[in-house]
Amino acid sequence: MAFLVLDRLSKRYGETVAVDQLSLAVEKGEFVTLLGPSGCGKTTTLLMIAGFVEPSSGAITLDAADLLATPPRRRGLGIVFQSYALFPHMTVAENVAFGLEMQGVARAEREKRVREALALVGLAAFAERFPRKMSGGQQQRVALARALVIRPRVLLLDEPLSNLDAKLREEMQLELRQIQRSVHITAILVTHDQTEAMALSDRIVVMNKGKAEQIASPDVAYEAPASPFVASFLGKTNVLPADVRAAGEEAAVTVGGAVWRTAAGVPSGAASVSVRPERISFAAEGGLGGIVRRASFHGAQWLLLVETAAGVVTVIRQNSGGPLPKEGEQVALSWRAEDMRVTAGSGE
Amino acid sequence: MSRNGPLALLFHALFIAFSVAPIAIVCAVAFTPEGYLSLPTRGLSLRWFRAIADNPDFVDAFWTSLWLGALSATLAIAVSVPSALALARYRFVGREALAAILQSPLMIPQVVFGIAFLRFFTETGLGGTFAGLVLGHVVIVMPFALRLVLTAATGLEREIEHAAISLGASAWRTFRRVTLPMILPGLASGWVLAFITSFDEVTMTVFIASPRTTTLPVRLFLYIQDNIDPLVAAVSAALIGLTVAAMVVLDRLYGLERLLVGEGRR
Amino acid sequence: MKATRSELAPYLLSAPAVLLFAVMLATPLAATALLSLHSFGMYKGIQDVYRLDNYRDIFSDSYFYEIFGRTFRLALIVTGLAIVIGAPEAHILNRMRKPWRGIFLLVVLGPLLISVVSRTLGWALLFGSTGLVNQGLQSLGLIAAPLQFMYSETGMVIALTHVLAPFMVISVWASLQRLDPQIENAAVSLGAPGATVLRRIVLPQVMPGVLSGSIIVFALAASAFATPAIIGGRRLKVVSTLVYDEFLNTLNWPLGAALAVLLVLANVAIIVGCNRLVERRYAEVFQ
Repeated sequence: MAFLVLDRLSKRYGETVAVDQLSLAVEKGEFVTLLGPSGCGKTTTLLMIAGFVEPSSGAITLDAADLLATPPRRRGLGIVFQSYALFPHMTVAENVAFGLEMQGVARAEREKRVREALALVGLAAFAERFPRKMSGGQQQRVALARALVIRPRVLLLDEPLSNLDAKLREEMQLELRQIQRSVHITAILVTHDQTEAMALSDRIVVMNKGKAEQIASPDVAYEAPASPFVASFLGKTNVLPADVRAAGEEAAVTVGGAVWRTAAGVPSGAASVSVRPERISFAAEGGLGGIVRRASFHGAQWLLLVETAAGVVTVIRQNSGGPLPKEGEQVALSWRAEDMRVTAGSGE
Repeated sequence: MSRNGPLALLFHALFIAFSVAPIAIVCAVAFTPEGYLSLPTRGLSLRWFRAIADNPDFVDAFWTSLWLGALSATLAIAVSVPSALALARYRFVGREALAAILQSPLMIPQVVFGIAFLRFFTETGLGGTFAGLVLGHVVIVMPFALRLVLTAATGLEREIEHAAISLGASAWRTFRRVTLPMILPGLASGWVLAFITSFDEVTMTVFIASPRTTTLPVRLFLYIQDNIDPLVAAVSAALIGLTVAAMVVLDRLYGLERLLVGEGRR
Repeated sequence: MKATRSELAPYLLSAPAVLLFAVMLATPLAATALLSLHSFGMYKGIQDVYRLDNYRDIFSDSYFYEIFGRTFRLALIVTGLAIVIGAPEAHILNRMRKPWRGIFLLVVLGPLLISVVSRTLGWALLFGSTGLVNQGLQSLGLIAAPLQFMYSETGMVIALTHVLAPFMVISVWASLQRLDPQIENAAVSLGAPGATVLRRIVLPQVMPGVLSGSIIVFALAASAFATPAIIGGRRLKVVSTLVYDEFLNTLNWPLGAALAVLLVLANVAIIVGCNRLVERRYAEVFQ
């Protein structure tokens, strides 16, 4: 049985539904991310697991025991808050030792474990510092040490990296993943940053308006998005109108005049097609015709906007030094049929 | 922003003179070497300050005021803290009403408090007692204590308390180890402001004090009604000195502007 | 069960204060209101009846009209003076640089922490036929014979203005702090001379501060006790000193209570009423 189970968890505030029947089973040692735009219910879900928000309905079990019956202070969860929430009047060592004090751990043992925790996050030299004299990244690591030292059953992280600048964020992402792996701890991270989610997680829960649209590993969610929302939230995608003519086991999908053959799956009629910019290439002939309207340089990549009969298509090509079409050129876009997702109807 | 012209500075100088004049004159008269009301034109003397010691009435009244101030301030803070936490943290039915009620003593004339308490204490047997004084003063100074404690409580980050709870702290331990230390500066300033307000209070106290248990301002007030002499000026001057010292402490602790005017500097 | 516990929390937390106020505030005030309905006789003492006689006496006797009239007249004059000297002072302070601004703010607001009795004593010393004020005016040749300040309305007005002006300074200062200095600069850059900037830009924005300061000063002046008692003496009574008289000298507590009730009602009406007006009038300006 899974370690942490959310069973049809819901939270309503009057008329508004913040979390809608969320079900999730997390294995021990797994790193799961709740990903979505602000207001999608991810933080509310985390707070319900932590015990600071009461669910309207549903159940949470941890290690086969009902978590909702336990008051927050006895749940044994380590929490890293978005604002770090360090105790300003205590030193780093006192901050980290706090949880152990509450557990009644003896002083000698406490000091040993605090030292270990600080070494784990690379802050051994900062034990006597006060939080206000430290940088954001350092404070974040203190918060992490403080949460980990109590040997929690689950580690909860509420957008812990959102206050850091881009470079530091990337470094911290790697460190976080390393620490989580080395300590073998089950972790639940909340973020709105899809690159962060994809880099850190074993599985991602893509949330929208309180519902989980897809729960899958990053590559599956990216390559096989379960809905247009997931497709557009994870990475960039092109959504183009198409026409499907199904015939037995095959279907012909026409986009702006060009035809692809796929396995049948979608009924004949109007449809929409989603294809990632990096899966589109420039064909010598055939394919979807268009004119390059804009080509912008992004260091490792080129981003091209191509106007076609099916609308404006975004194409991303690696800056590998090879030739690329210029603005104003006539081009033909092509992609593999399996790189394209087809959904019935005109899509959203 | 434009600078102040000479006219403005003159106005300012006159205003300052106006503000300071009565206080300065009290201090000046206090140092007179003469045996009667006069300015110390012949030199300064401490005779009237020494005379205070010969007036046990004033000395007793001083200690009463001191203890009264300390007790009232402490009780007012003790009662304010839970209320401030309630107001700052929760949205509940009756929140606005509670805030208004706790600030209401400011709207009621001190005289009215005086007679209301006089009647109330007479009926309940607390008339003229120290306990009665304390109760009366606590009500009067509460709004001042509450205002400062509330500011501190509102500034608290809830997440820090959540962090403590998630680490296993009970409600009481969270309060004692985390919340209290963080609002302590606000508490201290609230205490000092409440103390000063209680110490200076005269109008209400005049009604409920008895000849045996009376405060210094009331004693001064009653004395002045009969005659004005350098003795009363010396007592006042001593008080003014203490107040100025308290003001400096308060300014260092909290900032006098912030205390009297509130936050809001751009 | 957890839900009800955190729902109850704010009520439990505020219980001590509410209890204290119920016992020490609501009860005595209610009792006072009731007391005002009793009657009093020289030999009978306070009688436990419920009549509006006291109020009828107050409203029908010119003696009381005179006192109420004096009280509110003085309060009005003091408020006017407080505006005239307090508001400009706040503006001048605001334009000072540090450290002067901080120092003078302390000097102006500091007296609020000193007992009213001490401050009024100072005026009692300054007034009086041989007091400094008279000596000064005489030596400047402005007057021939000493003026009567002590035990006069003029003296009361001056002393009360001194005591209460800092409240006006605080109020105007607070609203000046909320001003964006860029607005003034914008006006100047558009060619407005100093006086116009003051009149058309600064003043309208500072108005709410002036008005709420006026409400505070008026309410405090109307309820003032120690200053009118010391400077006004036994002859020139205001409502507060009259209440004192009735309670501690004449011992006609019911009448005193009736006067007090009227004073509270007037106070509350002024404060709440004018606050509403100010809020409504200026709500549009400050979102």
